[in-house]
Amino acid sequence: MSRPRTLLLAALALCAAGSVFSGSINPYYHDILIMIGINILLAASLNLIIGHTGQFSLGHAGFMAVGAYSSAWITIAWGASAGWLAYLSALFAGGVAAAAAGLAVGVPSLRLRGDYLAIVTLGFGEIIKGVIQNAEPLGAQRGLGGMAQHTNFFWTFACVALAIYGITTLVHSTYGSGFLAVRDDEIAAEAMGINTTKYKVLAFVIGAFVAGIAGGLYAHFKQFIHPEGFSFLRSVDIVVMVILGGMGSTAGVCLAAVVLTVLPEFLRSVSDYPWLPAPVRELAENRMILYSILIVVLMLTRPQGLFGKLDFGRKKP
Amino acid sequence: MIEFLQQLVNGLSQGAIYALIALGYTMVFGVLRFINFAHGDIYMIGAFAGFYSAPKLLALAGGGPSFAGAALVLVAAMALCAAAGVLIERVCYRPLRAQPRLTVLIAAIGVSLLLENGGQFAFGADPQAFPEIIADSAIDLPASWGEFSLLTITVGQVIVLGSTAVLLLALRAVVLHTRTGMAMRALSLNPLAASLMGVNTDAVVSFTFAVGSAMAGAAGILTAIQQPSIDPLMGINAGLKAFVAAVLGGIGNIPGAALGGVLIGILEALVVGYISPTYRDPIVFAVLIVVLLVRPSGLLGKPEREKV
Repeated sequence: MSRPRTLLLAALALCAAGSVFSGSINPYYHDILIMIGINILLAASLNLIIGHTGQFSLGHAGFMAVGAYSSAWITIAWGASAGWLAYLSALFAGGVAAAAAGLAVGVPSLRLRGDYLAIVTLGFGEIIKGVIQNAEPLGAQRGLGGMAQHTNFFWTFACVALAIYGITTLVHSTYGSGFLAVRDDEIAAEAMGINTTKYKVLAFVIGAFVAGIAGGLYAHFKQFIHPEGFSFLRSVDIVVMVILGGMGSTAGVCLAAVVLTVLPEFLRSVSDYPWLPAPVRELAENRMILYSILIVVLMLTRPQGLFGKLDFGRKKP
Repeated sequence: MIEFLQQLVNGLSQGAIYALIALGYTMVFGVLRFINFAHGDIYMIGAFAGFYSAPKLLALAGGGPSFAGAALVLVAAMALCAAAGVLIERVCYRPLRAQPRLTVLIAAIGVSLLLENGGQFAFGADPQAFPEIIADSAIDLPASWGEFSLLTITVGQVIVLGSTAVLLLALRAVVLHTRTGMAMRALSLNPLAASLMGVNTDAVVSFTFAVGSAMAGAAGILTAIQQPSIDPLMGINAGLKAFVAAVLGGIGNIPGAALGGVLIGILEALVVGYISPTYRDPIVFAVLIVVLLVRPSGLLGKPEREKV
């Protein structure tokens, strides 16, 4: 058995072992843990699109919304009696629906590059949100609730392990070289006979699929979803994780997802210390100011991201 | 019929605002081939510059809402936004000019987030009531106009359209008839050749940012005259719509930006009037996607060939 597959089995076993104890963790920490898992899924999948394939996407929350709403709609339709098998198929269906949305975004992206693509994906994200806001069966502006809480520690981190295994093996395969070729020089790649269209669409479809799974996990964890929760700002949150982690470095991006999920909670506790000067406490409450300054400074000084070329698995040739 | 005309009037005054913001996108794109994501937030800065300066400037112009006071507020906001635009370019974009475009784009998104969140920190997150700098009321149309006298046209709408027309003509004069304008056009045709001919690239880029940001600042004040509620996140949506307008008109093309702005404004008004306000944003973005797929160079733009 190859080394990555052994690691995957080990990670799954660890998830199973962890889930035994997850019931006894403080619910607040449990909440943060699950959100870390969901954010890792989102960041790793967006990293496939931005970092490996070089297609700047600002609509990732839209894919997440498609996955969240489709899977929630399915489990609600099946009723409370539905077991974990129904939950898993709903998750999968959510992923497939999001992948279809990814296909819809990927196809126009064939003709667009860089800045234009960023705006178009942003537009698609807003269109998805707008459609949900107008869809009565999905709760429209009121949001959708009533899903059972199926998502737990095991399912979240099993998905994380599978997704990271899938993305890492994909990136290290022949396909991975194709992605990198499209990112590094699209025109040269095309001249070398690489089907750039195929790789771009593939990156969008796979990235959207994983984001859809993350959306499904989120919907069945929070048990309530609202269109505003999948707005442009949510997409930016995910983009920040990818940028800070280092575009193209799966391990760095996962690390950034962990740090950026824990950091707001940490900053929240900082703002409770009365002995800190008031401006520090106020700044701690406004984490987005820190993030935005961090992005600008990073781009000026270290465009490859905080964790640079850190990566899982084999060394690149 | 009268309802349709009313939607056109409303759409036109909103479209004028989009046109002013779209100019900044299109001018910067023309010179640097890059989308200044933070441009919409400059518009917000303009509105807040007016919010804080209006009480003093109105007192200077004799107290109370007046044309002179409003003009002072407008000029102050434009000057402040021009300075902000130049500063942002100097600090955040100029050092990155040789970097890949993705790096600059991300830096621009960072600046945009910084302005939005810094704005919420400095100005407060809640919407603020913009002071009345000009008495905005409906104009009584003469009864001799028959059916058309039923239209509602406000003083604010007339001022918005008038100021926009003046600013557009001034910009046209600058771009077509001054040496700096000529340098701007040269730079957008071929940056390398322009710099070889002795065009001071940095100075022209700074000037472009100054003019574009001043237009956005003016748009901020003109919006606040019509809808006197401003908040630090008002720039996101307006900026995106204006960007769609710039693309629709042909990005890099100055008359195109004005045309696109007016068309988007009218489209929005018609969607709100005849379909549903909740479909306003999705339909505008759908227009963007259709334009990019069918005619990426926009209505007035010339197709650009990609060089290796």
